[in-house]
Amino acid sequence: MNGRSLNLLGLAVVAVVGLTFMFLTPRVVDLDTVLELTIYMIMAILALSLALVWGYGGILCFGQSAFFGLGAYTYAIAMFNMGESTLPVLVAIILPAAFAALLGYFMFYGRISDVYLGVITLTVTLILFNSVNSTAGPEFHIGAARLGGFNGIPGIPPLNWPFNKKAAIDLEAMFYLSTGSLLLTYFGLRLLLASQFGHIIVGIRENERRAELLGYDPRVYKLATFTIGGALAGFAGCLFANWGAFVSPTIFGLAQSAQIIIWVIVGGRGTLIGPVIGCIGIQWLSALLGANQPSGSDLWSKIFANAPLILGVILIAFVLLVPKGLVPTAADIAAFFLRRRRREQRGFEPQQAE
Amino acid sequence: MDLVVLLAIQVLYAVASLALISVGLAIIFGMMRVINLAHGEFLMLGGYAAIVATSHGISIWVSMLVVAPIVVGVIGIVVERTIIRFLYGRMIDTMLATWGLSLFLVGLTTAIFGNTTVGISAPLGSFEIGAYRTSAYTLFVIGIAVVVLGAIFAGLRWTRVGLIARGTMQNANMAAALGVNPPRVYAITFGIGAALSGLAGAVLAPVSGVFPTIGVAYIAKAFITVIGGGAAILSGTVSASALFGTINQIATFVTTPVFGEVALLGAAIILIRLLPQGITGRFFRRGL
Repeated sequence: MNGRSLNLLGLAVVAVVGLTFMFLTPRVVDLDTVLELTIYMIMAILALSLALVWGYGGILCFGQSAFFGLGAYTYAIAMFNMGESTLPVLVAIILPAAFAALLGYFMFYGRISDVYLGVITLTVTLILFNSVNSTAGPEFHIGAARLGGFNGIPGIPPLNWPFNKKAAIDLEAMFYLSTGSLLLTYFGLRLLLASQFGHIIVGIRENERRAELLGYDPRVYKLATFTIGGALAGFAGCLFANWGAFVSPTIFGLAQSAQIIIWVIVGGRGTLIGPVIGCIGIQWLSALLGANQPSGSDLWSKIFANAPLILGVILIAFVLLVPKGLVPTAADIAAFFLRRRRREQRGFEPQQAE
Repeated sequence: MDLVVLLAIQVLYAVASLALISVGLAIIFGMMRVINLAHGEFLMLGGYAAIVATSHGISIWVSMLVVAPIVVGVIGIVVERTIIRFLYGRMIDTMLATWGLSLFLVGLTTAIFGNTTVGISAPLGSFEIGAYRTSAYTLFVIGIAVVVLGAIFAGLRWTRVGLIARGTMQNANMAAALGVNPPRVYAITFGIGAALSGLAGAVLAPVSGVFPTIGVAYIAKAFITVIGGGAAILSGTVSASALFGTINQIATFVTTPVFGEVALLGAAIILIRLLPQGITGRFFRRGL
């Protein structure tokens, strides 16, 4: 089987599994589980946004949660002011994208290095957190929406069918929407990465100077990638605000940013399916550790249900031991065994020149 | 007139505290090109070390100026030996690993000390400037910053250890060829950087209190100060702290503390757009 048909097979598997999951789940599990799975799907969209920006674009963005949070807050504020969700959804995508473009302009056109980029995006996130956190007073409001500071914004109105204010969507429809959006995002990104644009951004990641000498302006391409990532994260934020009908500044917090990075690291940079798996796996693990606490065990809640502690250990362990992430490592192992089997079948294989 | 003096003290204090919280990071970054995202947690640990020592009956001055730096310095060396040394030359991986460390330390201190703010009251009382009163501790923090920066300058400029450190910083291979052991220099440097962070965290603990996630409050400011300052450890830290501290304090005075911080960040982003190499990439290039 050659690379191309393997690729198509992979896509077909994802499509079949994804669609089966999407249409079967609400029929076989109860509503609680559907609600739980919905948030996994929403977070997986967020993971994909960083998979694009970091895994393929090579842009080390530590502040993807800034765009996520902006999307959520924008949706909430716009919803309170308009009451009809078509425009708020669009604004919740456009505003984070515009913010990403502005921030990206300063970073990419300043030609600052990777590492500084990480620090700046992190700083921006922290500043957003601090600013929004301090807007608790009634004097901080945008139109009819009070910002609420550290209390957050409760009771955000749900999405409705486009241009039909009366038809708010229910929990099951929310699941279909989130899963459908995740699948669309996945295939959309696959398409984007298969296009010329996709090849160029990967080329820039591999060797920026060479790409530049070949006539591509890395600044423009990085800015475009970063903006697309911001838009996707904003969209995920909009869905998130819908899911819980609540946003609070912790959405901008360091723990949230770290989580997104951990999903991508655990799953593997340079793949799309990896971060999705990493995201769902880590969230499932956190839920499991939090839920399975033996009653009365203080130590358990201090150690195993302690999200920062567990996430920190996972992050250190993966950076030191599995730096490529699960999916690429699994692919490496599979390729190794495949090669060995072929060699055994042929009995003898001339040493290939590397 | 009194107000001007008061404002001048406030600005000096802002500059001094910025320099204190950034200098440990600047040393680790300037010498080893390692961005330590657990820096804020080193400051937090310094604060806890001082508070725990004080509650065990050790004098507050000894806890702050001796116990905290030693405890955090030792932690720093352990971290360098167990995590950082495997990742030299892989800047992004060190950032990620130290971020993991930062989360781990937050989780650990939450498990041990709980998610509450503990404080020690600031010693020294207050004094009057005309119609205003201000804490004498402010002056102590300014003094500590001056002493620390002076000691780093003297250490780097005039001692044999400083010479070895500067040599390793400029060209590690050449230094190794001349008989220096760079891994040891790195371990010691990381320890010193951590110790200075512990000192800063302890000195600022009476002002802000200590809680497990306090590192977050420091880390953004420390990073933009180091990046804004550029490669040179001392002149970078001093010039960037002076610039950002002044902007922060004046914006705070005019509006609120939160928008003071926003102004600080805005200034930092514009500065990095104009001077990507930091202040010392353009000016004071021959500074330490």
